[in-house]
Amino acid sequence: MSLVIENLSAAVDGKPILNGITLAIPAGEIHAVMGPNGSGKSTLSYVLAGRDGYEVTGGIATFEGHDILAMEPEERAAAGLFLAFQYPVELPGVGNALFLRTALNAIRKHRGEPELDAMQFLKVARERMRTLNMTDEMLRRGVNVGFSGGEKKRNEVLQMALLQPRLAILDETDSGLDIDALKIVADGVNALRGPNFSALVITHYQRLLNYIVPDRVHVLLDGRIATSGGPELAQRLEAEGYATIQAEAA
Amino acid sequence: MPAVTETLETVQSVTDSGYKWGFETDIEMEFAPKGLNEDIVRFISAKKNEPAWLLEWRLKAYALWQKMEEPTWAAVKYPPIDYQDAYYYAAPVQKAKPKSLDEVDPELLRTYAKLGIPLKEQAILAGVEGAGDSPSDSGRMPIAVDAVFDSVSVATSYKERLAKEGIIFCAISEAVQEYPDLVRQYLGTVVPQGDNFYAALNSAVFTDGSFVYIPKGVRCPMELSTYFRINAKSTGQFERTLIIAEEGSHVSYLEGCTAPMRDENQLHAAVVELVALDDATIKYSTVQNWYPGDAEGRGGIYNFVTKRAQCRGRRSKVSWTQVETGSAITWKYPSCVLLGDDSVGEFYSVAITNNWQQADTGTKMIHVGKRTSSTIVSKGISAGQGQNTYRGLVRVAPTASGARNFTQCDSLLIGDRCGAHTVPYIENRCMTAKVEHEATTSRIAEDQLFYCRQRGLTQEDAVGLIVNGFCREVLKELPMEFAVEAQKLLQISLEGSVG
Repeated sequence: MSLVIENLSAAVDGKPILNGITLAIPAGEIHAVMGPNGSGKSTLSYVLAGRDGYEVTGGIATFEGHDILAMEPEERAAAGLFLAFQYPVELPGVGNALFLRTALNAIRKHRGEPELDAMQFLKVARERMRTLNMTDEMLRRGVNVGFSGGEKKRNEVLQMALLQPRLAILDETDSGLDIDALKIVADGVNALRGPNFSALVITHYQRLLNYIVPDRVHVLLDGRIATSGGPELAQRLEAEGYATIQAEAA
Repeated sequence: MPAVTETLETVQSVTDSGYKWGFETDIEMEFAPKGLNEDIVRFISAKKNEPAWLLEWRLKAYALWQKMEEPTWAAVKYPPIDYQDAYYYAAPVQKAKPKSLDEVDPELLRTYAKLGIPLKEQAILAGVEGAGDSPSDSGRMPIAVDAVFDSVSVATSYKERLAKEGIIFCAISEAVQEYPDLVRQYLGTVVPQGDNFYAALNSAVFTDGSFVYIPKGVRCPMELSTYFRINAKSTGQFERTLIIAEEGSHVSYLEGCTAPMRDENQLHAAVVELVALDDATIKYSTVQNWYPGDAEGRGGIYNFVTKRAQCRGRRSKVSWTQVETGSAITWKYPSCVLLGDDSVGEFYSVAITNNWQQADTGTKMIHVGKRTSSTIVSKGISAGQGQNTYRGLVRVAPTASGARNFTQCDSLLIGDRCGAHTVPYIENRCMTAKVEHEATTSRIAEDQLFYCRQRGLTQEDAVGLIVNGFCREVLKELPMEFAVEAQKLLQISLEGSVG
């Protein structure tokens, strides 16, 4: 198993948001979590990544058998967990190339691999960028500073491609993207598919799942998994909306 | 840039205290009696074997100082200083003036080696003729170093290589002996004895410092630098630096400073005077890392310094770059008086205050000549309970037609117990001048830190990366070797400021 979540509850500012989530992602599978606004989708991603202010009030979460809830965010990253942010953060004055190399070397160090110098990094980065149809220009700019919404998401995908995580969590990476950008994001995820890669794709719309076809779809309502199914569940949601599921769950 | 990985290693190697330059050198020292009076001034002058005019000059400064009051306008707080409870002269005991590095006390050489300061002229001494001419052979340019230990200069490297170009780089006490006319012509002409309380004190008791003279049309072939080290207890350091750049010459000079960790506060009151003649350029960089005191605010250096440049010549240029990470209190305003037409003044500053450090620093740009221009970029970073004030003056005289100034002051706050203050004064008395001022205050956001940590960076590395990004415009002005050093320092200075 890659990710195992059992009866996970969490609160923000004392207010319960997650109310006992249970789901498991076997290695090599991609699962989608769908749900309406306010159902706890982003909270789930932040709890798994370890953001301050997201208090776990019950349950467990393990990644490849390790209790990730006990780890610092950077330890989770080193273990192979990657979160593609819904709103990637700007770091003024910090060059994208320097940031990516620092991050890559931090992860490589944890894996016991030698760190890359600037030239070696550039070679690796350029290779990955070619497959993602990105230009060098992106490396020369500040981290996300002055990037359009689409560019920010592409930068997230580039980071994912470089860091080669074993578990990727995509937090509404599709929001606000046009169809071309959506394809780039999907290509980035699909390129990583393999027996040692799993992903949790969090989304509001079914659209992205046309390009990243999930093995399982979970519907999140009021901080709980209301129902689960195959890819056809996403199609049904698109046609009927969340109301039917809500009625069934009630 | 490999700077970040180096930064990580450096941080890991740092001790709990975070200040790795805090060791003390055990060496036999000679002191003047404690306290300050005319006899002490005479004692120092006699120790230095000074001519009568200089003793008179010092005594005049002492008389002025006695009538002056300590300035209180800066936004810094400290208990009254007892000027009689300090030593004004401390020097390592030396049998005779060393003629070469081989004769310098090995304990002193070890101290500087420990500080990472190369006093050995390795490339040159290895007998490779012209090894200092190009950066290609060793990958780095040689750097000529003057090392000042408490009250005296202990060694200056690459003197002979520089002398070939007619460049004088030596201790100011040596310059008084060897080039008295030059010293007499320029000393005190930029910062007069009675300029301010600390400058007057310095003029009375200054003990050593560097002297640089670049002849007409000469481009100094290497970086010149001075490393100041306070070692002795209860001792003030009063160095005096004088740099003269003749017509069409060019020089880049850097100073660095460290001190042992002590519970007491020690006073450092330096004066730096720069003179740039027609078409001359002086680039003056400082990496100030005096002991800042401990996490409870005990000890640390009072860094009360007067630095001023006169751009006397047409098209002359002076650029100040400072990275101020150390000292319990910093009181310092490197300034440019732009007299020559089309002269240029620049001030790039990074000042960090962590724990209980206080900094009141900035610049003065005085526009007198026509079409003079100045640029001010100040980056203040406050963490812990640190207080950081930018204080600057841009004055444009009626004569300075077409003058321009651009000022940018940015403050970064880390945590919620620190403070950032900006006090810009603008006095424009010229209709055709253009003066711009921009200021921002921001905080390291929780989401920035989380973003970096999610990518595998530790909290402290994340802070280092964000702070270095914030300071980038200033750091890029430093000579490359020192930019790397400065980046490391920024991160070390902010250890423990988050989390």
